[in-house]
Amino acid sequence: MSALSVHAPVLLIAIPLLGAFAVPLIGKLGRGVRDVFVGLIAAFTAALAGLLAADVFGRGGAASVYVLGGKPFNIPLPSGMTAPIRILLEVDGMSAFMGLITALVTITAIAFSFSYWKKRSGGNMYYSLLLLLTAGIFGMEMTGDMFNFFVFLEVTSIAACGLIGFRVWLGRSQEAGFKVMTLYTVSGLFVLLAVGLLYGEHGGLNIAYLAHGLTGGLIDKIALGLLLTGLAMKAGAVPMHMWAPDAYGEAPAPTSAVLVANSQASLYGLFRVLFTLFGITVSAATTGWILIGFALLTIFVGVTMALVQNDIKRLIAYGAVSQIGYMLLGVGVGLATIVAKPAYGLVAMQGGIFHMINDAACIGLLFLVAGAISRAAGTRDLNKMGGLAHTMKYTSVFFVIGAFALAGVPPFNGFASKFLIYEASFKLSPFLAIIAILSSILLLAVFVKAFQGAFLGPRPASPGGGEAPLGMLIPMAALTLVVIAFGLFPGFFVERIVTPAARALWFGRDAYISAILGG
Amino acid sequence: MNGITSGFGTWNPIAWTLLFIGILIVAFFVRSFGRKDYKRNTGQTKAFLSGNEEPDAPAGLHVSGDNLYWGMVHGLSAYYKRVRKWHSGDLSDYVAWFIGGLALIFVIIVWVG
Amino acid sequence: MNVGNLPFIVSALLVVLGIYTLLFKRNLIKLVIGVSLIETGVNLFLVMLGYRSEGIAPIYTFAPAGERMVLPTPQALTLTSIVIGLATTALLLSFAVFIWRHYGTLDVHKIKELKG
Repeated sequence: MSALSVHAPVLLIAIPLLGAFAVPLIGKLGRGVRDVFVGLIAAFTAALAGLLAADVFGRGGAASVYVLGGKPFNIPLPSGMTAPIRILLEVDGMSAFMGLITALVTITAIAFSFSYWKKRSGGNMYYSLLLLLTAGIFGMEMTGDMFNFFVFLEVTSIAACGLIGFRVWLGRSQEAGFKVMTLYTVSGLFVLLAVGLLYGEHGGLNIAYLAHGLTGGLIDKIALGLLLTGLAMKAGAVPMHMWAPDAYGEAPAPTSAVLVANSQASLYGLFRVLFTLFGITVSAATTGWILIGFALLTIFVGVTMALVQNDIKRLIAYGAVSQIGYMLLGVGVGLATIVAKPAYGLVAMQGGIFHMINDAACIGLLFLVAGAISRAAGTRDLNKMGGLAHTMKYTSVFFVIGAFALAGVPPFNGFASKFLIYEASFKLSPFLAIIAILSSILLLAVFVKAFQGAFLGPRPASPGGGEAPLGMLIPMAALTLVVIAFGLFPGFFVERIVTPAARALWFGRDAYISAILGG
Repeated sequence: MNGITSGFGTWNPIAWTLLFIGILIVAFFVRSFGRKDYKRNTGQTKAFLSGNEEPDAPAGLHVSGDNLYWGMVHGLSAYYKRVRKWHSGDLSDYVAWFIGGLALIFVIIVWVG
Repeated sequence: MNVGNLPFIVSALLVVLGIYTLLFKRNLIKLVIGVSLIETGVNLFLVMLGYRSEGIAPIYTFAPAGERMVLPTPQALTLTSIVIGLATTALLLSFAVFIWRHYGTLDVHKIKELKG
């Protein structure tokens, strides 16, 4: 077991990658064999993520290094310094936390896909792309090397756009796929430009090595600007968020949840770059206030645009964009005060990071419900749906729980993380907390509109399909359980998994560097 | 016990849930003081419309979709007209927003900060 | 001969031309070419990072002694980036083909069904 947890960082990338390329072959043996194979890969990956998290959090979130190749990774230079070589994966508290989020979202999405794709063809390609996306997301989260991060960023871009444009018989998916692919590629190229600038200036690609050698000159500032904009665009910050409703709206329903995990992985990349790579060397306070500015715009524009949507998946997608703003707000408050380090800075970071897992669970649940009801009603337009609560009782309960949790209604998990964000951002500036609270109320209004449009009302004229099949209900129930568990016992989760992740970002820059460069 | 603390206060969801259930019990207790001779699905439940018949549900009875928040959206129409036009669906506009954001960030980081 | 900073200026010019194409051209294929121009500019920048003046190719076999070699790492980065660019361009072009079949036009100002 300890051998498995030692190799867990690279197995988390390798096993889904192996699965992605083996699925078309195994699919030739039949649908049932393929479903069992994909289920086994997903379950094994989730178990590995849990094992890695238990290992890392058992050590209190300290960073651990994994060398691909198993040989020593430090070579002594003639000047006496050691330089890291080989590809290194560095896992600290924040990486393990993101691994948990990805595992949760992926395993529920794959479990939902089994019954979502029951009567359709093309499942081989779909599972292959989904597992490739999973491998790319884990790669982005585990890596300790900037160029490796870029490669996995592009892998997720290609797999995500393949899934967005999957339904080639609809013109809208192709349009969405083209737009999203162009924007992802351009932002990825700017990230590569920044990596090239940093390499040319400091001579290394390893995050710890670069962090040690940063000076804060003009080239470093240009690289910071490029990385900040490129990664914030991929995470979905306003005003660069306009691809997000197209992407989340046109992808098949279980995939939208994994695309949200993809955006959160880009957000993780942004945090890793800002806290560990640049840290306090390059104008942390200015960058923190830039993040807070992005966050306020995202929260407000996301939720107001969600209010006027007719398509239920675009509505939930704008809600997802708005919630990314809360994470940016919490972590932005933390970054803006990183030099003085007041107590509320750590609370803000805890709130922002806790909101990542809450949002992943709630948005995943809402997208799965949207998939189930669009399957039952035959349409996604809220103006044409109605009265689904008569036939789909469990699904409507899941929708209500997911919507209340995301809008921050006690006692669910959204309130726990938003409570931390409100209180900490109020201490920095009351205006931030006012916008955040007002937008939470507007988000509740948005979901009331969705619930009214889809579920309430007289029975539909043509009977839909009845309750969602059991294969769809079980993943939704699992996510609801996570929502309720995180809501009723927030103290346990905040203390065990969120605080080590927040401390790893807020305090852990020197520990991260010395894990590779040896103190 | 179990709960999270921030700089200002504490949030304990178990205590909140117990309080909520207690309030529900009190409400149910008060409700039980009502009349017990109520029969469903008889003439007692029909709406009183001055002796007229209750008309059949017309086609547009269910307020759905856009119509639910029409008033609020109409009130904020100055904001919505402009922001919906910005989400034009045109790829060149999306790239222009991206480059504009990049330029703004460069100005803030390199020049000011 | 000494070229000074000229390759870096050319690389920046390519990136700017690519961004200009993305912003102001209407045909979808021209937008894909614009993305490809940005890629070329960034790849050129990466290769130029490794150049050392009067350096030879970084291959140890039959290398003349006493010569300086250019750095091999940026060349590996550029190869990876070119392959990623290949996959990206292929995906973009296949989306363009499907858009042509569904919409009948390749004008980016007319493909606006998803808006608002």
